Amino acid sequence: MSRFIERHPAWALITIIAIAVLLWLVVAVWPPGLEAAIGRKRVFLNAVLNGITLGGLYFLVASGFTLIFGLMRNVNLAHGSLYLFGGYVGYAISVWTGSWVLSFVVAFLAVALVGVVLQILVFRRMEGQDLRQTMVTIGLSIVFADLMLWAFGGDFYQIQTPNWLVGPIQLPLITAVKSFGDPVYLQYPLVRLVIFVASVVIGVAMWLALNRTRVGMIVRAGVDDRDILAATGVRIQLVFVLVFALGAGLAGIAGVVGGTFQSISPGEDTRFLLASLVVVIVGGMGSIPGAALGAVIIGLAEQLGSVYIPTYAIVVTFLIMVLVLALRPQGLLARR
Amino acid sequence: MSLIQGAQLQATQPGSAVRRAIARAWPELNSPAAWLVALILVIMPLIANGFFLIEIFATTLILGVIALSLMFLAGYGGMVSLMQLTIAGFAGYMVAVIGVSGNANISMGWPWWLATPMALALATVFGTLGGALAVRTEGIYTIMITLAIGAAFYYFTNQNWAIFNGHTGINTVATPHFLGVNWRSDIPFYYLTLGVAAVCYFAVQYLSRAPFGLALQGVRDNPRRMAALGFNVNAHRVAAYAIASFIAGLGGVLQVWNYRQISPGSVSVGACIDILIIAVVGGITRPIGPFIGAFIFVMLRTFALDFLVKFGLDGNRFRLLIGLGFLAIVFWSSDGVVGLWESWRRRNAPAPTGTNGSRHG
Repeated sequence: MSRFIERHPAWALITIIAIAVLLWLVVAVWPPGLEAAIGRKRVFLNAVLNGITLGGLYFLVASGFTLIFGLMRNVNLAHGSLYLFGGYVGYAISVWTGSWVLSFVVAFLAVALVGVVLQILVFRRMEGQDLRQTMVTIGLSIVFADLMLWAFGGDFYQIQTPNWLVGPIQLPLITAVKSFGDPVYLQYPLVRLVIFVASVVIGVAMWLALNRTRVGMIVRAGVDDRDILAATGVRIQLVFVLVFALGAGLAGIAGVVGGTFQSISPGEDTRFLLASLVVVIVGGMGSIPGAALGAVIIGLAEQLGSVYIPTYAIVVTFLIMVLVLALRPQGLLARR
Repeated sequence: MSLIQGAQLQATQPGSAVRRAIARAWPELNSPAAWLVALILVIMPLIANGFFLIEIFATTLILGVIALSLMFLAGYGGMVSLMQLTIAGFAGYMVAVIGVSGNANISMGWPWWLATPMALALATVFGTLGGALAVRTEGIYTIMITLAIGAAFYYFTNQNWAIFNGHTGINTVATPHFLGVNWRSDIPFYYLTLGVAAVCYFAVQYLSRAPFGLALQGVRDNPRRMAALGFNVNAHRVAAYAIASFIAGLGGVLQVWNYRQISPGSVSVGACIDILIIAVVGGITRPIGPFIGAFIFVMLRTFALDFLVKFGLDGNRFRLLIGLGFLAIVFWSSDGVVGLWESWRRRNAPAPTGTNGSRHG
């Protein structure tokens, strides 16, 4: 961090000012002039919180994508299909058993199993042929999309939120002050916050597992140079299978999350594939903290964009990607 | 590839130097099969009725032109771009927005002879900018960035009403009438697409042997060495994107004239991927590949329903069939149908002797 400030004082200053302005906008009571200029504070706060929680969901999808890419150089364009499959499995389980938590477990296991099968049967056969692997994932995404359309039809499904998570919660953020001095606090859906906290926990756990455990060390070594790692006697194929299972499983969990606070339907696979592509391009390929940063940036850009400039929202997301590619083609937090 | 061309060259009768030079530049001129295909394509309106002419052959040629632009980038430049259909769609949208259409509040109503070059120029600029962005990274990243561009454009057309008219798109796009001919009526339109496709095909064929194309292939094979030799690697790549964008734009203009409407569905991610499938199934090492791939694709798309129902299967599983076919091609042939055919021919024909000598001569 301090090295970054030393090297790029201007960028560090801009970043600090931007964060300070954002914090002020979130915490302070807005003066009337500001409300007149850009609308009510409640709308803004909702957009920010929606953006951050959406970022949590994007992080879950993109972290698996970036992990698989980082270790195996495999751009898994079927990642969106894994997300959608996880959503459908989660929906089926939650309808069948009525348990929301169980649907996460089963979706993780089922999608991880698909990942293992893919890695063993398909990708192991064409190791080192990046382009061919990518083509295969494109073919697989078409096949999966059609199979899921066949099995589940074109309907929208929404996973039932459990009773203990239904309803809004009052946050200690003042949206406005009434004429006689009473502050009005923000009401926000509890389930989104819980899911956001859970994705932060998963992210931190993944970071700890990668940086503090032996397996994590092996995975990091594999990201840097898998040939040397294999030469030191690590059973690299086993590591590949494990990482692919984890990455796919995370996509499955994300599917259940997405099915809970949005909905699942055909076409969502592409949407989340695009989201993970952009998040990973912005954050840096193969970097977990990069995926987290990229996810929050893209989530915020999407939500703020859709509130303030509705017909050009996607352009904001896209411009961020262009800006990053122009200034730092390897991504914000990539090491190379 | 070069081996076969060498064999064809050797088969020519010793003639004047000019004839040999022409033959070297255009090996198709010496292949009877190519003349036969060309003849069939030219007399097609006598053989086929309107449905086949437009729905099968014109559509094949249009998709082939768009896929040809991808083949040019991927085969000679080593850059697999998934945004070629997006560029084509952009050109189509521009024809609709700048020219005349049923949505009078959006269309600017320019005459077609002004709107079409404008649309092509804008599409070329759009594709070149996208390419300039994509060449900042290499190899596998190109796919990701171009896919992101394509998907972003799709969502943008969906949510923007001011220019792209949201998810309803733009309808009843005007088609050109000149020289007393309605160019959208079946037979003139077929010849129009055939002409454009032939020009694009020969242009790509010519470019692949021109100094620029050779340098581009050098960049594909070893960018560092080409840079060391004094070639500007990125400039070559961006130039390749510009050419491919123009070709894709031509395909897009024809497509919007064909359907007379354009909507976000025409530039969806699935459609972008279809172009990749067409090029890969046909074979991305030769310009003829995309047209063969497009023909297979269009035939499957048109007849898979009847075909599947006949075998007692669900007729809606066309995309499953396409996906599985694509997977099979990727698994078993690195060079698509063209590659399969060539390896089959090589296995059946006795090995030609003396080809090595002719390659040096």
